[in-house]
Amino acid sequence: MNFISDPVTFIANWLNNLLTSWGLSQAVVTVILKFIGAGIVGAFGFALVIFTIWLERKLYGRIQDRLGPNRVGPWGIFQTVPDIIKIFTKEYITPVGADKIVYNLAPILSVSAVLLTWAVIPFAPTIVGTEVNVGVLYLVAVGAIGALGIILAGWSSNNKYSLLGSFRAVAQVVSYEVPMVLALLVPVLLGRSMGINSLVNAQSVWFIVLSPIAALIFFTSSMAEVGRAPFDLLEADSELVAGYQTEYSGLKFGMFYVGEFLHAFTISALTVTLFFGGWRGPWAVQVPLLGVVWFFIKSFIVYYVVVLIRISMPRLRIDQMLNFNWKFLTPLALVLLIATAIVDKTFFTLLPGLNLLEIAIPWVRAGVHLVMNLLLILVTIQLLKSYRIKRILVVAKPRPVAVAPEPPASVIS
Amino acid sequence: MTAEQIIFLIVAVVTLVAALSVVISRNLIHSALWLILTLFGVAIFYVLLEAGFFAVIQVIVYIGAIAILFIFAAMLTRRVMQDTGPQSNTNWWIGALIALFLLAGIVFILLSWRGSTTPLAELENQSGRLSQLGLSLVSPDQYVLPFELASVLLVAGMIGAIFVAGDKKQ
Repeated sequence: MNFISDPVTFIANWLNNLLTSWGLSQAVVTVILKFIGAGIVGAFGFALVIFTIWLERKLYGRIQDRLGPNRVGPWGIFQTVPDIIKIFTKEYITPVGADKIVYNLAPILSVSAVLLTWAVIPFAPTIVGTEVNVGVLYLVAVGAIGALGIILAGWSSNNKYSLLGSFRAVAQVVSYEVPMVLALLVPVLLGRSMGINSLVNAQSVWFIVLSPIAALIFFTSSMAEVGRAPFDLLEADSELVAGYQTEYSGLKFGMFYVGEFLHAFTISALTVTLFFGGWRGPWAVQVPLLGVVWFFIKSFIVYYVVVLIRISMPRLRIDQMLNFNWKFLTPLALVLLIATAIVDKTFFTLLPGLNLLEIAIPWVRAGVHLVMNLLLILVTIQLLKSYRIKRILVVAKPRPVAVAPEPPASVIS
Repeated sequence: MTAEQIIFLIVAVVTLVAALSVVISRNLIHSALWLILTLFGVAIFYVLLEAGFFAVIQVIVYIGAIAILFIFAAMLTRRVMQDTGPQSNTNWWIGALIALFLLAGIVFILLSWRGSTTPLAELENQSGRLSQLGLSLVSPDQYVLPFELASVLLVAGMIGAIFVAGDKKQ
C-alpha cells in the first residue's frame, strides 16, 4: 500500500492499526472509522458546493456577456466565502402560524437527502463510502426523502405561494421518479448487479454506448428531480415568488440553496457513475488517485452541460411538464427496458454459436445494443412526427360582435 | 450486551414511541411525520436482520410513496393547520376492546412460539439471495400465483382510481 497512489486507504489502514494498538476492539474501531469517513464526505460535499456556486455564477456571467463575480480573490473565486459570512449574520424570521418544528426540519431534510447520496458513490476503485449491494435502490429511496423536505417546507410555511410550490413539487418530483427508476433498471440489467461499484466495474464499455436512451432519460428526469430550469416550476419566480422557500431566510434559506447546488453536481456525478464509466480511465486500477481525477473531470463536463441547459431553456408549463413525463418519457423507458432485456438475453443465448474472441465480446454486445437503441430512436421520432400538432392556433377564434340587448319593455313604452 | 442489541433496543423504543404518537397527535400532518419515523424504524429492523433489500424497499414504497401521498392528501384538506376536532368518537371502547384482544392473541402466539428463544441460523449465499427472491416470485411451483394476483389487484385499483378521478363525459 502506497501513500502516493492511494492515500485514503493508506490513512484508513494507519488509523485502524493505531486505534487497535490502543486496545480498542475491532468493532469499535470500524464504527469510529465509519463516522470519520462520513464526516469527511459531508465536509467535502460542502466544500465542493463553495466551488460550484462560484463556477455556476461565473459561467452564467460569461454566457450572458457579463463578468460574473470578479472582486474577491483571483477571478472572484472566493466570492462565495463572503456570501456565506453574510448569510450567517442574517435574521431568522419565522412566519406567524408556521408549524415551527416542521418548518425547521424541512431544510435539514432536503440537504441531508442530497448528502446521503454521496455515501454510495465510488470515487475510485478503493475509495467508496459504503458498498451497498442494493445501491441503485438506495439512490431512489434517498431521493424520496428530498421530496419530503420540499413538501414539508411548503406546507409548514403557512403561505399560499409556498403551498402551491409544494403541490407542484409533489406532481413533479414524484412523477419524474417513475421514468428515472425505469431508466436506472437498464444499467442494472446490463451490469447484472445493483451495487454501484460493481456497476462501474462492469463498464468495460461505457453504458452510454450500450444505452444512450437510458442515459438521456435518466439525465432528463434527474434534472426534473433537482427542480432547476427548464423544470423550475417549484420555485417559478414570476408566478410563485420563490415557491416552497418563500418564507425562509438566513441560513435556512442557505441550506435550500446549498442543497440545490449540491444536488445539481450530484446528478452529474451519478450520471457519470452509471453511464460514463465512473472512475474508469487509463491506469485507474493501479493508481486509485487517478481514478478520482478521471471521475471529477467527467463529472465537471456533465455539470457544465447541466448549467448550459439551465441557462438556455425557458420554463415549461405544468401541463407540458406532466405530458412530457407521462406521455413520452415513461412509455419510452418501458419499451426500452423490455427491448434491452430481450436483446441482452438473445445475445447471450446465441453467444456460444458465434465463436467470438474473448476480448471482442463486450464490444459486439455494445454494438448490438447500440443498433437496437438507434432503431428505437428512429421509431420514436417517426411516431412523434405523425402525432405532431399540425397547426397551432396563435389567435383566439373570432368572437361574435357584441349586439345591444333588447331594451326592456318598460323603456319602449 | 452486544452493540447490535443496544441498537435494537434504542430503535425499538423510538419506533414504539413514534407509533404511539401517530395515534395520539392532534395534527394530521404531525401524525404522518411520526408514521414516517415509525416506518424508518421498521426499515432499520430489516437492516439488523441482514435484509438490506427489504429495508430499501420499505423506504421507497412506504415513505417515498405512501407517506408522501398521506401528506399530500392531508394538505388538500381545509384548514389543516388549525385542526383541533375531537380525537375519538363514541365507538372508542369497541376499538380499544378489539386492540386488546389482538394484543392478547399476539402475546399468546409469541409465548408458545419456539423461534424467539432459538438463535438465528446464519444465512448463506449472501450475494445470490436477491436473485433467489426474484426467481421464486416467478417460478410456477413457488409464488407465481400470489404474485400475479397481487399485480392484477393493483392494476384493478389503478384503473378504478383513474375512472373515479377522470373527466366524466357528458
